[in-house]
Amino acid sequence: MSNVFPKWSNTLPLKLIVFLLILAAAVVSGVTYYATPKYTRVGYEPSQPVPYDHSFHVGELGLDCRYCHSKVEESGHANIPAASTCMSCHSMIKTDSDLLEPVRASYASGEPIQWVRVHETPDYVYFDHSVHVNRGISCVECHGRVDEMEVVRHDQPLSMGWCLDCHRHPEEALRPLDQITNLDWVHPGGEKGQIKDGLKFVEEWNINPPQSCSGCHR
Amino acid sequence: MRYVYLIFIVGVIGALAILGPRGAKSTRPPLEVFPDMDRMPRYDPQAESAFFSDGRTDRLPVEGAVARGTFYENEYLATGKNGEYFGKGFPIDVSNEAMARGEERYNIYCAVCHGAAGDGDSMTKKYGMLTVANLIDQRLVDYSDGQLYDVVKNGKGLMLGYADRLSVEDRWNVVLYVRALQRAANGSVDDLAPAIREELGL
Ligand code: HEC
Ligand code: HEC
Ligand code: HEC
Ligand code: HEC
Ligand code: HEC
Repeated sequence: MSNVFPKWSNTLPLKLIVFLLILAAAVVSGVTYYATPKYTRVGYEPSQPVPYDHSFHVGELGLDCRYCHSKVEESGHANIPAASTCMSCHSMIKTDSDLLEPVRASYASGEPIQWVRVHETPDYVYFDHSVHVNRGISCVECHGRVDEMEVVRHDQPLSMGWCLDCHRHPEEALRPLDQITNLDWVHPGGEKGQIKDGLKFVEEWNINPPQSCSGCHR
Repeated sequence: MRYVYLIFIVGVIGALAILGPRGAKSTRPPLEVFPDMDRMPRYDPQAESAFFSDGRTDRLPVEGAVARGTFYENEYLATGKNGEYFGKGFPIDVSNEAMARGEERYNIYCAVCHGAAGDGDSMTKKYGMLTVANLIDQRLVDYSDGQLYDVVKNGKGLMLGYADRLSVEDRWNVVLYVRALQRAANGSVDDLAPAIREELGL
């Protein structure tokens, strides 16, 4: 018998298997880390035609979200304001600012400003703002600290598992209805107080978020 | 085999460097990993349309059209006017609920400019909005209720109207709350109920 195979080839199958296992582990962890909305969506902040700054208008001036997103309590869609909403102030403030030129043009012509959309669930998902906002869920749970953002950023993954996490445990998020648009509100009693009051709200308001498929895919 | 591992490690480091951590800020639109039926050819509110010449899915109502639920038989309720003249009195039920609703709406839509107390001392004044009316001024106390309603609805001078954001009832609720602010600012000790006066030692 001649040596057709050199000696090192004895351990080759083992080495190959070990390498393939490591490769598979790397691929699997890469996919679980990257191919989810936590990576693909969170952090998306498109640049807008007008550098409108939430942290100044909300955080500094103290505007309420509903001043602009005025239909969020009544309809499923939270409206982006028309130029006339901005002109309530900007017909008197910074009237010669170049940054506001698109707003003035839109107000004069009626052509909308082309804001770039940040949050967008797939079309087979039914989402409604008014049910959440009128039942004690604050904007901050789903949009993060918009009042501290200079440019609106996608803060939460908005994936199905994320929706369901809250639908299974709404008591962790429910708050008094007059604090919905107050984004820095936290329960004064800390986490324990939040759960205690949350359970009370679930009981009193008869909160029952859908967990069956037809609730969100209708 | 060592080279294979070396290439592998370089590959992993390269991928990590390009892809970055979760939540990193980016202006690139999110990648849709399986875009099965994510975007259907349907019209969403405030979205873009390839069909209509102005490029929007939202259509303006035909001129003269009245949306359901926005027609009011009672002219005074809808306009604040009886015929030619501004009217007096509240065409809505004056109740604690109306007052609370008025307070909430006032704080959302009016307080930024007119101030939480109605005295015109507000954030926007600090940034150069100098002509904001002082709501508790005698001039506005003398306004009739219908006239105040008309200002909320249609605006006056440099102020734009709030008809698009306040419903007919809410406009009256806000007027009611403004009346309360005026009473509070221009009141005297005699306006207090005797029990409260005693409690305050007046
Ligand atoms: C002065 C008007 C104004 C106020 C007040 C305001 N917004 Fe906005 N908001 C806008 C405009 C204009 C846009 C669109 C431009 C952009 O995305 O920056 C927007 C965009 C957004 C978006 C992103 C929408 C998308 O495309 O997905 C969110 C979320 C949002 N606002 C939340 C809030 C919250 C929460 C508050 C209250 C804390 C608030 N806004 C207060 C005017 C306003
Ligand atoms: C309550 C009043 C108010 C409203 C409503 C309002 N703004 Fe402003 N805005 C201000 C004030 C005050 C400033 C700061 C002016 C300064 O820095 O002196 C400002 C500044 C700005 C600036 C920076 C301008 C510059 O040249 O630095 C932009 C851009 C802007 N606003 C966009 C908007 C847009 C878009 C809207 C409508 C969605 C809007 N604003 C609605 C009060 C308002
Ligand atoms: C339960 C989670 C949740 C809460 C609470 C919530 N939002 Fe949203 N918001 C979303 C989702 C999901 C979308 C994307 C909706 C879509 O694609 O139709 C969205 C979209 C938006 C948009 C873009 C326009 C639209 O409707 O698609 C704006 C503006 C907005 N939200 C503002 C607000 C404001 C202001 C509040 C608080 C008063 C708020 N949201 C509370 C989940 C939420
Ligand atoms: C922070 C908590 C929270 C998150 C996040 C959340 N929800 Fe909800 N959802 C609720 C609560 C609370 C209710 C109200 C239940 C009730 O009224 O009894 C609700 C109700 C609903 C309803 C029922 C509406 C109806 O007409 O009955 C739908 C549909 C829904 N949510 C969809 C979604 C979707 C889709 C998402 C993810 C994009 C989401 N929700 C994320 C808390 C949440
Ligand atoms: C709380 C609301 C909610 C409920 C209940 C729900 N879903 Fe979903 N579902 C979503 C959302 C939101 C998405 C979009 C996720 C995304 O885009 O990241 C989704 C996506 C999906 C997708 C597409 C996944 C993909 O990426 O292609 C399937 C399939 C699906 N859901 C099936 C179901 C089934 C089956 C049930 C019942 C067991 C169910 N869903 C219940 C909210 C819900």
